[in-house]
Order: sequence, then C-alpha cells, then structure tokens
Amino acid sequence: MKDQPNTTSAGGALALPVPALIANAWRNPGLLLTLGLMVVVGLWPVVTRQEALRETIFTIMLSVALASSLNIMLGYTGYINFGNVVFFGLGGYVGMYLLGTYGASLWVAMLAGGVASGLLALLLGKAILRLRGSYFALATLGVSEVMRTFIGNFSPFGGPTGISLNFRVFAAYGGAKQALWLTYYVLVGLALLVVGVSYLIKISKFGLGLMANREDEDAAEVMGVITPNAKTWAYIASAIVPGMVGALVFFRKTVIEPDPAFDLQSSIETLVTVMLGGRGTVLGPVLGAAGYQGLRGFLMTNPFFQNIQLSVAGVLLLLIVLFIPLGAVGWLRARFLRLRRLLP
Amino acid sequence: MGNALIVALIDGLLIGSVYGIAAMGLTLIWGVMSVINLAHGAIIALGMFGTYLLFSSLGLNPYVALPLVAGVGLVAGMLIYWTAIHRILNGPTLSALLATFAINMIIIGLGTAQFSTSMYNVNFNLGSVEQPVLMQWSRIIAALVAITLAVGLQFFLHRTRPGKYIRAVSNNRDAADLMGIPSSRVLALSFGLGTMLAAVAGVLIATITPFTILGGTTYQLKSFVIGVMGGLGNPIGALVGGLILGVLESTFSVFMPNTWVPVLEFMLFVLILVVRPSGLFGGER
Amino acid sequence: MILQARDVSKTFGGLQALSKVSFEVPQGQILGLIGPNGAGKTTLFNCLNGVYPPTEGRVTFRGQDITGKKPYDVARMGMARTHQIVRPLNELTVRENVMVGACYGHERHGLREAARIADEVLEFVGLGERADQLASSLNVAQKKRLEMARALGARPILLLLDEVLAGLNASEVGGMVETVRKIRDQGVTIIMIEHLMHALMNVSDYVIVLDYGRLIASGTPAEVTNDPKVIEAYLGDPKMAESLMEESREESGVRSQESEVGK
Repeated sequence: MKDQPNTTSAGGALALPVPALIANAWRNPGLLLTLGLMVVVGLWPVVTRQEALRETIFTIMLSVALASSLNIMLGYTGYINFGNVVFFGLGGYVGMYLLGTYGASLWVAMLAGGVASGLLALLLGKAILRLRGSYFALATLGVSEVMRTFIGNFSPFGGPTGISLNFRVFAAYGGAKQALWLTYYVLVGLALLVVGVSYLIKISKFGLGLMANREDEDAAEVMGVITPNAKTWAYIASAIVPGMVGALVFFRKTVIEPDPAFDLQSSIETLVTVMLGGRGTVLGPVLGAAGYQGLRGFLMTNPFFQNIQLSVAGVLLLLIVLFIPLGAVGWLRARFLRLRRLLP
Repeated sequence: MGNALIVALIDGLLIGSVYGIAAMGLTLIWGVMSVINLAHGAIIALGMFGTYLLFSSLGLNPYVALPLVAGVGLVAGMLIYWTAIHRILNGPTLSALLATFAINMIIIGLGTAQFSTSMYNVNFNLGSVEQPVLMQWSRIIAALVAITLAVGLQFFLHRTRPGKYIRAVSNNRDAADLMGIPSSRVLALSFGLGTMLAAVAGVLIATITPFTILGGTTYQLKSFVIGVMGGLGNPIGALVGGLILGVLESTFSVFMPNTWVPVLEFMLFVLILVVRPSGLFGGER
Repeated sequence: MILQARDVSKTFGGLQALSKVSFEVPQGQILGLIGPNGAGKTTLFNCLNGVYPPTEGRVTFRGQDITGKKPYDVARMGMARTHQIVRPLNELTVRENVMVGACYGHERHGLREAARIADEVLEFVGLGERADQLASSLNVAQKKRLEMARALGARPILLLLDEVLAGLNASEVGGMVETVRKIRDQGVTIIMIEHLMHALMNVSDYVIVLDYGRLIASGTPAEVTNDPKVIEAYLGDPKMAESLMEESREESGVRSQESEVGK
C-alpha cells in the first residue's frame, strides 16, 4: 500500500489518505483498548438500566468529547485555548434557536451547531492564530467573553434569559425518558468518534505537521509546513464536535442561558482534564475526563471537601503543572517506552 | 446631554484610576517576567475581603487598613512566587498560566467556602461633594491614592536600587545575574509588588462599592484589557490605560444600555490584541 | 543558475544589516559564505529562505522570483536549510524529525515513503541507530547531524548550511566535510556559512565575503584568501586573520592538505 505524494496546494497541510489510515488504525492495540474501554463504560448504564449512573457516565463522556477536541489544539498543535467553551456555547445557542424557533429536529440542530462552531473557528483562525502563546490564550478568552456578553444582549437568542424549549419537544423522540436515553447514545457515539479522529490525526501526515508546529513553529515553516493552514484546520477540527455536543446538551436541559453556556470555568476544567490525562495523547483526555469527573464527584459528596472542591482541584492542577506536566499518560509513555504502543 | 457627558467623564476618571491600580499589578508582573497572573482577580478579592474583615471585626478605618492589607498582599505574592512560579519560569507558557490559575482556584475555592457568593459591603460613608458635579469622597480619595501609588511606583522603579534591579532583571535576566543581581529574589519582589497593588486595588474598591468573592474576576478582565492597551511593565501606561477605560465605559453608558458596555470592552480587547499586541503605548514586550 | 540574489538589502529599524548584496550560484556548486562576526551572513540566509523579506532587492530561485515569499513556500520549491543554533523538534523521534522534512519538502511524500527516506538519510549522516530515540535525548553533535538530516530529508535542490562545523572536534570536522562533498556529489547545490577557514576553503568551489552587510570580495578560495580587503576585514578578528594567512601560505605551496583531514 503506497501513499501517493499529495500535490494539491492546500492539501500539503491536510493530507489524510483516510482509508489507508483507518486500516492502519485497527492494528493499534492501544486504540482498540481505549475505544473498547469507552464502549464498555458506555454500555454499563444501558445494560443495568440505571438512570443515575447514566447521567454520571454522560458527564464523563461529555468531558471526553470536549477534552479530546481541545487536545487537538492544545496537545497536537501546542496552542493554548482558554476560551474553548465558546464553541460549546455557540453550538448550543444555534441548536436551541433552530429547535425553538423553527421546530427543527435534533439532528439538524446538532449539525447546525457543529457547522456554526466550525465557521467561527475558520473566521477567528484567520484573525487570531497569528498570535503566539499567551496572546493567543488571551484572545480566545476575549472572544469567549465577547460571545457571552453579546448573546446576553441579543434578543433573537433570548438576551439575558436565554432560550427555553417546551417539554413537548421531546415528543418527537418518544417522550422525555426515551429522549434522555437517545441523547445519551448519541453522546457516547460522538465521544468515540472524537477519540477515533484524534487518533487518526495523530498518525497522519497532518498530525505530524501539527506536532512539528507545536515543537518549533519557525523550524516547521522552514521545513515546508504551511503553518497558518495547518493551525486553522486544527482549530476547526477542535470546534466541530463541541458545537454539536453543545446543541445536544442544551436540548436535554431544554434551557440555555448566556452565563452557563459560556462558562469560563468549564473551559478551564476541560483544560485541566487534558493536562491531567496527558496532552498530546489519545488516551490522556479519556482518562483525564474519568479521573477529573470522578474526583469532582467524590469531592461533592464528601462533607469535608464539599465547599472547597474548587480549591482541591486547584491544588491538583498545581501539582500536575509543577511535577507531572506531561500528565498521567504522558508520564507513563515517557517512563516506559515499551508501553507506547499500548498508550496512544 | 452635555452635563451627562461631563458627569460621565469625571466618573470615568475617578473609577478609571482604580482600574489603573488594579491593572498596574498585573502589567508589572507581566512585563518583568512574562507571566500573566491569573490569580490577580483572586488577590483583588482578598484585598476587598481583608478590608471588610478588618472593618467589621476591629472597626478599622479602611484607609488605615490599607497599608496592612498591602503588606499582606506583598508577602502573599512572594509566597506564591516561591511555591508556584519559580520552578516553571523557564518552562512553556502554558505551565505559568495554569500554575497561576491553580492559585486562583485555590483562593476562590476557600473564599467561596467562607463567604459564599453573597454581596458584602464596607459601610464606610464619607459623604459627597456637590461641585462641580456630584462626587463621592470615597471615590475621590480612591483616585488620589491610586495616582499617588502610580507615581510612587514609577519613582521606585527608576530612582531606587531595588527598582533598578527589577528593571535590569526584566530586561535581561542572565545579564543581571552576571552582574551579581540576585535575580530570583528580585523576581519574587516583583511578583509581590504586583500582588500588593492588586490587594490595594481591592481595598479601594471595597470603599466605593459592594462586592462579592467573584468580583475580582471582573477587575482582572479589565486589567487584561488595560494591559494590552497600556503596554506592559509600564505603570504610567497602566494608569493612563485605566483612565481611558474608565472614561470609555462611562461615556458608552450615556449612549447605550449598561449591558452593552462589556461587549464593547471585550471587542476592543480582542481588536487590540490582533492589531497591536504590544499595546497602544508600546511596552517592554 | 539555481539562485540569484540582486542588490539584496535588509534594514532593522536603524540598523543596515545587508547592503546591496548580489551573487549567483550555479547548479551543483558549493558556495562558501564567510565574513567576520556580525557581517550579516545568517541575515542573508534568512532573506534567501523567507524568514523575513529583504527590504530591497530580488531573489530568484530556479528561475522564479521568491523575494518575500514565506519559508514554507520556498521550502516547497526545493530550498532547505540548517540553523546555526540547532532547533530539533524535541518531543518527536529522530526519524519523525526527518520525516517532517520529507513530507513537507518539495517532494511531498506520504508517511510511509517519508519513513523510508528518513531511514536512508539517517544512515547517511550516521544517526541510523538512534532513529527511534527522542530528539531531545541527543547530544549537541548528534543534534547538528539531525539538523542536517532534516534538511536532506526534503531532498533539496539547494541546501543552505549555517555553520555545520561549529563545535565539532577535529575528526568530526573531517567527517562532516566529507558528508558535504557527498551531498554535492548527489547533485545538491550548497551554500555554506563557515568560520573554519581551512575546511571551507577546501570544500568550496567559489567563495563570497561579507563585511558589515556588504559583499567585499568574491572568487575562488585562492583568490579570496589572498585578497587584501578580506584580510583587512578580518584583522579586526585576529584568529580569523591568522587562519587566513595560514591558508594563503599553504595555497602558495602545494594544495595537499585536504587529504590530511582525517575521518
């Protein structure tokens, strides 16, 4: 199986002979293990028909989807996105708007959410991807805040009170109970998709270019990586799933408001999740999500820690940053070189 | 309309000087060691609550409490430097950002546990003056304190030895080391000064408006905006940036509902970042 | 002519780093670029491969005007370069480092072919055994070779070498010089910045000399080493002057030293 050299101009940055990659991917034990683990965990509440468990796993899978998407920018491309929640929130708003005003189906809403976020990334990318390091981080923060405050004033999107859907919207999906299960399956599916795509990017030529960019952007340019295009594609890729997921999540809640939709805290938590698990790895965001949500759950139910869970999370983050910056999976991969195949 | 604008202008200048002090702390640290202190807002909050506690439990006049809180802010900053910042200073940018953010989380977490998100107030009313427009004395004093501090900081950086050390280290750390300047200690001092200014800003804010534990975040965001406007490591630039922001905010409010003001502020922020990240006054970056 | 530079000038604020530098490089030649420290040699490289555009002047590569083009466009046309201070892609393996060059250089290979080329190139520079190690684990001399391998991975038509001999000991120098010759023998045109006069003069076909951003001399190695302007420029730099004098003394004798430089 010979890869043809890619001769299109934009394709120099985005060279994914997808069928070949997918065929290769199935041979990686680590990827299979990761996906398998996710499927098992995902099926657990289905098999036991436990709704509380389902909601817990839902939160974890949500975190996996968001963290894996963020990882594309943070881990592979090396760009710090502090405002990543903007894609989630925008997708949510666009989706809810279509659902509420036009009675669109959930699928259309999700698709629109993903497209809207992708478009935002495309437009934004042109403007802010030229910035480096902290400046880029601040810019993403600024954009998220612009979005939050703007939508809070934007009457078609409900201004400060947001958009709410009537419970009747669930009727089309077999009622509220059914809808909750359906959306759960969809989320798990999306999480699996993102993890799979994350892996594909990592082993592709596109991914190699991104990582070269991450290590030394100028050197990568000198070697021929068209960094502005590569970064933009990565940014778009990191925006689409959060956009779709946003529509899904707020559909479930039947209400969306500016502050929860563009909650800075959420951006940071996603960041912490990626760092905890190991940025730049495929398994990292998955384990990070499970670990962080598990920690949160424990803290919230434990009387001593209940009030100070944010502080505990802060201490955790500090310890990670100071002592294991590569995160759990990153550390393991660096320490035990032979485990690399198993821990993608 | 004319009168409203004059009122807006003066209000803006008064509050803007407090913004300036808040920003000064952030931009000092940013300019000296290229670290964006994401715990800045939390320290401001500590300043606000410190004032409240001293006032409500000891009956201490906030202006008397100010040096105390400033001192605590200075020490806290140096502590934060040595625990969280020192090690990762030469590492990737993300580490410093996350480290300071972690500190922020720790402080806010403890703060919300203690004070929840309720509104607090320091009931310290000095009355107001009628001419030329209605101004509260507390705001006037806050502005005066802010300007004094700004001038003081400028003097400190340019005319005293520790200040010169700070400028040397921020210019070229290795060269400063070679000249025998204890760069780590200087950096710790700089960080401490930055947090001290944040704490002082907190005190001043507490005297002029009610606040919550999360109120510091708003000022932190404004400090970012001022930081990119005023150039970094430049105290006077920060003060001027603060004044400009204050005036912009209050004049915008004359023409449009309050809720649109933050939108414009943040758009301005992103715009300046994109067009001229080194600030409108250039800076040391 | 593979490369032509016409009146290339570069100013930074008030500083004139390059003034009207003009030269040409025919295919298959090794062009030596020398000059005292701060003469503008690396700046010239940066203007050639697009790191920044020249303030004035024109650069033509393979018949096309590349003045002011971005580094990735120039790389895709077949120009590769090494850096004076090495820039390895630390968290990637040695092989992956070279693969970037092969994938994004002007031949634009897919991953599989790139890996094959990478292994070949690593063999060639002597890093074959370290292909799976992280780039950060190499020592300085190995990183220099990796820098070279990355540039070669792109199978360039023109290779810009920035002080590839710096920091190497005597035997390493010999090895590297041999490598440079072998690269040229494969049809690659080379421009080399070097301070090690002896080695440079031995391997170059033609030499150009910069001083304070101006081209002060050009010619064969023999012509240049005997040029009084060149010697004068280097008198500010006594070690250089000494090695130049030695060079010219030897030139006037028998051209026999090159085989002495052992492996």
